[in-house]
Amino acid sequence: MGIVQIIVVIAILVLLVKPVGTYLYYVFSGETNRSDRVFGGIERGIYKLSGLSRREEMSWKKYALSFLFTNITLVAFGYMVLRLQGSLPLNPNGTGAMEQSLTFNTVISFITNTNLQHYSGETGLSYLSQIVVITMLMFTSAASGFAVAAAFVRGITGRQSLGNFFEDFVKAHTRVFLPAALLMTLVLVALQVPQTLKPTLEVATLEGGTQQIAVGPVASLESIKHLGTNGGGFFGANSAHPFENPSPLTNVIEILAMWTLPASLPYMYGLFARNKRQGWGIFAAMMTLFVLLLSLNYYAEMKGNPQINAMGIDVSQGSMEGKEVRFGAPQSALFTAVTTAATTGSVNNMHDTQTPLGSITPLALMMLNNVFGGKGVGLMNMLMYALLAVFLCGLMVGRTPEFLGRKIEAREMKLVAVAILIHPLIILAPTAAAFLTDLGQGSITNPGYHGLTQVLYEYVSSAANNGSGFEGLADNTVFWNVTTGVVMLLGRYVSIIALLAVAGSLRKKQPVPETIGTFRTDNGLFTGILIGTVLIIGALTFLPVIVLGPIAEHLTLW
Amino acid sequence: MANLNTQPVPRSGISTASYLLSIVRLALIFIVLCGLVYPLVSTGLAQVLMPSQAGGSLLKDSGGKVIGSELIGQQFTDAALFQSRISSIGYKAEASGSNNYGPGNPDMLQRTADAVKEWQAANPQVPLSGLPVDLVTNSGSGLDPHISPEGAMVQVPRVSSLTGIPAAELEALVNEYTEGRDLGIFGEKRVNVLKLNLALMERKGL
Repeated sequence: MGIVQIIVVIAILVLLVKPVGTYLYYVFSGETNRSDRVFGGIERGIYKLSGLSRREEMSWKKYALSFLFTNITLVAFGYMVLRLQGSLPLNPNGTGAMEQSLTFNTVISFITNTNLQHYSGETGLSYLSQIVVITMLMFTSAASGFAVAAAFVRGITGRQSLGNFFEDFVKAHTRVFLPAALLMTLVLVALQVPQTLKPTLEVATLEGGTQQIAVGPVASLESIKHLGTNGGGFFGANSAHPFENPSPLTNVIEILAMWTLPASLPYMYGLFARNKRQGWGIFAAMMTLFVLLLSLNYYAEMKGNPQINAMGIDVSQGSMEGKEVRFGAPQSALFTAVTTAATTGSVNNMHDTQTPLGSITPLALMMLNNVFGGKGVGLMNMLMYALLAVFLCGLMVGRTPEFLGRKIEAREMKLVAVAILIHPLIILAPTAAAFLTDLGQGSITNPGYHGLTQVLYEYVSSAANNGSGFEGLADNTVFWNVTTGVVMLLGRYVSIIALLAVAGSLRKKQPVPETIGTFRTDNGLFTGILIGTVLIIGALTFLPVIVLGPIAEHLTLW
Repeated sequence: MANLNTQPVPRSGISTASYLLSIVRLALIFIVLCGLVYPLVSTGLAQVLMPSQAGGSLLKDSGGKVIGSELIGQQFTDAALFQSRISSIGYKAEASGSNNYGPGNPDMLQRTADAVKEWQAANPQVPLSGLPVDLVTNSGSGLDPHISPEGAMVQVPRVSSLTGIPAAELEALVNEYTEGRDLGIFGEKRVNVLKLNLALMERKGL
């Protein structure tokens, strides 16, 4: 039954890819379509109110700057509210102001779509902060990611222009995230996720004690948390909390909510490229890598912890430390793989408690950072690897590499190299630095090789803008707040800006006619080469640290 | 075709100031839409359409007294009741979470071994091989309301001997409170301990 339910969810996803991908194409291609009639009026109102009634085509630099300035404005607002939340309304539990370095970390975490949380929602945030900062940044960061991905796709497929950032940003909200989130909120409430502004409840328990039960506007956050691949939970326990994720059915809905949009982007890209096979080729590469890593986690978690298996009890459920009974190992494994592939970072089981081999899955998916990937960014990263794959093939046969009929030359490859190298750099360098100082080492809570993985995971998650954690790490200190804050910023903006520059430069090139000697990028061979490129680059960079962490731990346990 | 000159700020007569002002206005619009209108409209709709679910799915006993939320687990200390899973936070639901012990963490292995020993002492009627692992491990949330059906069944002999209710009757009760997989395929079979104990206490009261 474990494998069957996983296959069913994957099958539903595959069925959703075409309709959702087609819809996204109409949203971002600017072709007139029926959704204009529904949303056009609202959008015109928004443009008018913000003085953007005239929206010109943007160069890549202007697109990037508009993206940056919008993000900076939102972050400044968020910072102020968190620092002042103690004296603002909608604060029934009397939560005080957030500490400075924690506020720095939190606003960066949410604007970069990471949602690393060094606070605990129950005690660290007022209801106002939960909605007007956290929920708001979940929308706007996801819409920003979608917008830049749309611009990147327009650039590499040779559209007339990269588009207009503001228009993409507005449409991502009005046509995708807001309606989908409202619908999903109501579905989640029907399935028992709370949505209230009442303060924490107090009840007399069955045995006559008292229990305080934290509630709040959970469902409205939960839906955008997954649709926007954000991942930050309302409660400390995230989607393991029974109020955030009450049943296996809500678990499946949350999985599909975070997975469908990133998985549909390759199809949208295929439509932009006027070659659907391009899109399916990318999708196939992503799905192959995904299934490989999902299988590893499923296998390892079902096998359980050898030290507990030796205690003579019934361990047919697999490893249950840190897992919920309603999900069991199968729904936990699927959630873990999807949340780290789609860079959501919500968790329905504690990744810190997973078996060593099982924990390679979330680590590897975040290290690759292109298997589906977060809002828009995953597709950009995978296409970056596609450019690299074409380049490597070109070197091998001695031809100038081409992608979608455009020559890939030194400038593009330099930018791609920057975007590829920044990821390991901002993971491995701070991990090493953390071990040099007691500020870093002192936060480790699990002895042995597992401690290395705790530190590594924190930076991998920050760099990939994922936000899940090996949550045992005592990470609410100035050291962790500042270092992970910087890593999240670099992880988000460096690669996005480099890739927008690639798009800007490819767009300007004259298309070269396709000949018999052109290396095709829409067949199985290319999908295979792409998977190989991803694995070779990923493995070469990260294998040593995987050996030092999870693999060494595995060898000591078994 | 867009002009590709490299000026960072808009051309064509729009000044830098009005460009930046547009960004601020746009940001404010979405702060209001996503940060206030969306969550408050959601709350309003949820409260009107589904007040019970939106309010936390509170569970009442037959006398109408609220005894908790059906979604949130509780700690049971009375050995004559069915026991929940281990929770490092003692099912205190003003917070959530667990210790995040790694698989080789000596504290976790010691805690599990102790829990197994304690369980053996409290349930001498049942062989150790029948004890399912969920009963001696900590859930991720620390608030897990469920145990596995096997985890409820192995507690029947103890509960039966302490309450005097025949084992067959308790087994029937456990079966009645066993929830299947969602839609027949998703997730695991499970028993809500609070609901089961509520039924048990009302049965005892008769």
